[in-house]
Amino acid sequence: MYTQAMDTGPKEERKAVRSAAEAELEARFESHIDEGDFIEAKDWMPEHYRKTLVRQISQHAHSEIVGMLPEGNWVTRAPTLKRKAILLAKIQDEGGHGLYLYAAAETLGTSRDQMIDALHSGRAKYSSIFNYPTLSWADIGVIGWLVDGAAIMNQVPLTRCSYAPYARAMVRICREESFHQRQGFDALNVMMREGTAAQKAMVQDAVDRWWWPSLMMFGPPDGESTHGAQSARWGIKRISNDDLRQKFVDATTDQAKVLGVTPPDPLLKWNDDRGHYDFGPIDWAEFWRVVGGHGPCNRERLDARIKAWDDGAWVRDAAMAYARKQTMKKEAA
Amino acid sequence: MSDAKQEWPLWEVFVRPKAGLDHKHCGSLHASDAKMAIQMAREVYTRRQEGTSVWVVRSSDITASDPADKDMYFDPMEDKVYRHPTFYELPDSVNHM
Repeated sequence: MYTQAMDTGPKEERKAVRSAAEAELEARFESHIDEGDFIEAKDWMPEHYRKTLVRQISQHAHSEIVGMLPEGNWVTRAPTLKRKAILLAKIQDEGGHGLYLYAAAETLGTSRDQMIDALHSGRAKYSSIFNYPTLSWADIGVIGWLVDGAAIMNQVPLTRCSYAPYARAMVRICREESFHQRQGFDALNVMMREGTAAQKAMVQDAVDRWWWPSLMMFGPPDGESTHGAQSARWGIKRISNDDLRQKFVDATTDQAKVLGVTPPDPLLKWNDDRGHYDFGPIDWAEFWRVVGGHGPCNRERLDARIKAWDDGAWVRDAAMAYARKQTMKKEAA
Repeated sequence: MSDAKQEWPLWEVFVRPKAGLDHKHCGSLHASDAKMAIQMAREVYTRRQEGTSVWVVRSSDITASDPADKDMYFDPMEDKVYRHPTFYELPDSVNHM
């Protein structure tokens, strides 16, 4: 899973006044970036680079964690034991991905508690795709196929991100994410090949609801993206939102044909001159509404996270108390 | 939110991918003690049989070289080419040595 919210945070201005020493460090940093070198946790980096990464990585982590919720909704109702085992494994992966990413963000000097507090207080965003409800079993298949498909397209370039701990986490995540997309397509394919008319209609309905939100996952159009240029300069973002979106439309439109479903876009049409599919306008008002907290499930998702955190407090405290007691016993012996 | 002192400490995780290979650093995690860190390492870093052995060590117990000293620290080795076998040109008949 992935966050588009990296492009939607508040804009931070760069500090204008710098000391000579800082200017020299920054020049050296920029030349490392230009040479395609990786930046490691303890290397000097401009404050703005650090902040941008903390925001992007932590929001990416939050998305993985919140992304477990819509899928968790279907664990008890998965149609077969096989599908249930697959779904559990996928959700566990999302949890793992969140942990890799939190750890990567912590190398930049933020703490786990600070990040979780930012999520729970609403200061940090997560991918707005998870503010849509999972109404049918077909939604779980479509999330794998389209949402994880979009995530993979977004994430593969991040394996070459200039910040090495993030890039390393992304290598691991991308390796694991491929099964997520394939199992989704497989679940849908079985319904479209062997299902009843009602099941096929359920798949089409899920595609109708998830298609546009999936396209929104790539973030605002290039001209309106708030952080695009600087992030591209620093090797944090390697491919533009619109280019990735086009790549996604091209790939999934052909996959939809194999599946036998129709994306809900009357303007979706192959353009021979461009060598791409043309597609209709995206409802950005809806995107900003959902990012702004007014999607169908924003409140429910955040409440579920806060409740899990609060309900788990005694476990965290008890584990620490036990560890302290063991240490004291050892020291006394 | 619990205050930062209540946060479970950070551990670095090292995994041996298979017998015969070195343990390799693969990431970090929070755990209250070593036993829990080992259990969590299995769930977080070896969900697909990526390892046959796991080490964990408290991140605060690691001493690292200073990246600012990187050049001073590592560059002295740069001109010691005679430490490499390719430095020596031997007669063809014994060059496979």
